Amino acid sequence: MDTAIAVREVTKTYESGEAAVPALRGVDLEVSSGEVVLLMGPSGSGKTTLLSIMGCILRPTSGDVRIGGREVTRLSEKELPRVRLDHIGFIFQGFNLFPTLTAGENIELALDLKGVRGKVAQRRAGQLLEQVDLSAKYNTFPSDLSGGQKQRVAIARALAGEPDIILADEPTGALDSHAGRAVIEMLYNLAHQEGRAVAIVTHDNRTLEFGDRIAHIEDGRIQEKNAVPGADTFPSAVTDQRNAAVPGTVFPVPAWSQSFAQG
Amino acid sequence: MPPLAQRNLFRDKVRLTVTLTGIVFAVVLITVQIGMFIGFASTTSGLIDHSGVDIWIGAKHVPYIDQASPFSERKLYQVLATPGVEDAQKYILGWGDWQRPDGGHEGTQVVGFNPDSKYGAPWNVVVGRVEDLKQPDAVMIDQFYAPRLGVTQVGQTFEIYGRRAHVVGFTKGIRTFTTMPYVFTTFKNAQGYVRLKADQTIYILVKAKPGVNVQKLQHDLEQRVRGVDVYTTPEFRDKTRFYWMFSTGAGIAVLLAALLGLVVGVVVVAQTIYATTMDHLREYGTLKAMGASNGYIYRVIIKQAVISALLGYLAGMAVSVFVVHASKTGGASIILPWPMGVGMLGLTLLMCVVAAIVSINKVTRIDPAMVFKG
Ligand SMILES: Nc1ncnc2c1ncn2[C@@H]1O[C@H](COP(=O)(O)OP(=O)(O)O)[C@@H](O)[C@H]1O
Ligand SMILES: [Mg+2]
Repeated sequence: MDTAIAVREVTKTYESGEAAVPALRGVDLEVSSGEVVLLMGPSGSGKTTLLSIMGCILRPTSGDVRIGGREVTRLSEKELPRVRLDHIGFIFQGFNLFPTLTAGENIELALDLKGVRGKVAQRRAGQLLEQVDLSAKYNTFPSDLSGGQKQRVAIARALAGEPDIILADEPTGALDSHAGRAVIEMLYNLAHQEGRAVAIVTHDNRTLEFGDRIAHIEDGRIQEKNAVPGADTFPSAVTDQRNAAVPGTVFPVPAWSQSFAQG
Repeated sequence: MPPLAQRNLFRDKVRLTVTLTGIVFAVVLITVQIGMFIGFASTTSGLIDHSGVDIWIGAKHVPYIDQASPFSERKLYQVLATPGVEDAQKYILGWGDWQRPDGGHEGTQVVGFNPDSKYGAPWNVVVGRVEDLKQPDAVMIDQFYAPRLGVTQVGQTFEIYGRRAHVVGFTKGIRTFTTMPYVFTTFKNAQGYVRLKADQTIYILVKAKPGVNVQKLQHDLEQRVRGVDVYTTPEFRDKTRFYWMFSTGAGIAVLLAALLGLVVGVVVVAQTIYATTMDHLREYGTLKAMGASNGYIYRVIIKQAVISALLGYLAGMAVSVFVVHASKTGGASIILPWPMGVGMLGLTLLMCVVAAIVSINKVTRIDPAMVFKG
């Protein structure tokens, strides 16, 4: 499987006033096309920082990021938007829809960035809404959508740019379990049916069954221990072949990982 | 581009109202002040602009039209003898003491011209005719100043320096910058009214023959006629306007007020556009995360500025036109030529775009990673 995105020895230290906050202390991670990688870890462990660096909206202090094999950390501020536009689709916990635009217009805006406009854009936005089961909501404003619907519009909007990488930061954090499950299933399908690389930051154990691998982060490092409950019984034999690529840093989701509803 | 800029702009009605009020304030202040400036400037040179001649000859070192000294009228013959001159006429502008029936006095500016020629005559005559001035002691004044001079109707007789002045007509809308009313009369009468010696004049107005180069004629006149200054009409107009507008500071005050309007406009609009930008900062962060270039985001902000500018301009112009109209009946003369309307549109757009720069600056510096913050 192709490596869609790879970070190598990435560190990030935030300079806030006098104090320097080390958020990442040397992280290696790859996400391949067609797989879902879950990033888990306690609050403040650096998950969002890592996702931001992967999505080229934050520069690492050191280390490199390769997207589609291309080193991007040394690209200029002028070049980076293009990388995001061509490769990355973000999903946020807070949806980040444009509140003054309808669901359809939110997607049209993403298409506009790609240079797709007018009737073509409207037709494409309609298709994308259909893909997330919201074809009836084209002219609905975000304030009139439920949380789950908003997140699905956000997914449709992220897909407008035809990204090969989807980065989601706690996409179910603001949703009830039913809506959350629908969203996670969609993200899962984006990897498994459409071959996109999907990284999901999550606290939510109900998400586990949809991950191909879990990277557990603590104190800015990917830990060599399993985060899933019952970790001590975790059989090393289950370790996936793919982990050989990033030895000792990423773990497969155990087969016994619990179903969504139980979390 | 989907209507993000418009929608965000119109979402907060109160703020939009403040923005538009700021723009309207600036547009009206600037338009009215500049209109006043133009009005004042053209008032100062009204006699020159309507003289109908190509060249003005006055005593040496005349600073502006209202301030001239007499010279011998014999120079007229030297002027008339100069090749290229079609016509030349003596002309007076001088101070005359008008006596009202109630015994009060008013300073006036007496304008003496030859009613047999076309040059230097009053314009906008609404009661009577220019030819009526050929009657003995006939004068014409502007309706606007009639109450001040104690004139209620044609046919009344007054005195200027003890000489009879018989009102035979009225002009309309001829203001003076000095606020002393013009009294139009014949050259001969004017000599008496301003106590000029019989062989003296204040100006000689020169009309060039068709096709004659006025600059060349000016030069020839300077060579032939000694002891005078020779100006082309535009030169004399500019000299007079410049004197009143800048040497007296009157114009500076007006232009400063216009500048103040511009500054206030920029500040108010910058504030409100900035506040709107701050309200939607997260959206700009999202746009950045989605791959929008800075240029794309500038377009959103500038679009808001331009929409505000257009709305504010239309409202501001409407108010200005109303103010200008109202001033027609009052003391001030405000002129609003249409190129100024176009210029104001440009200035309003510029003002709003400059005001948006603060916001653009802010948005350029936002960290797109903010989109993940709660
Ligand atoms: N912009 C910032 N400036 C300073 N410190 C930050 C900033 N963003 C995050 N941090 C710090 O970096 C660490 C990792 O943060 P974050 O990546 O948001 O963690 P997580 O998403 O796992 O909760 C935390 O200690 C946090 O306080
Ligand atoms: Mg986080």
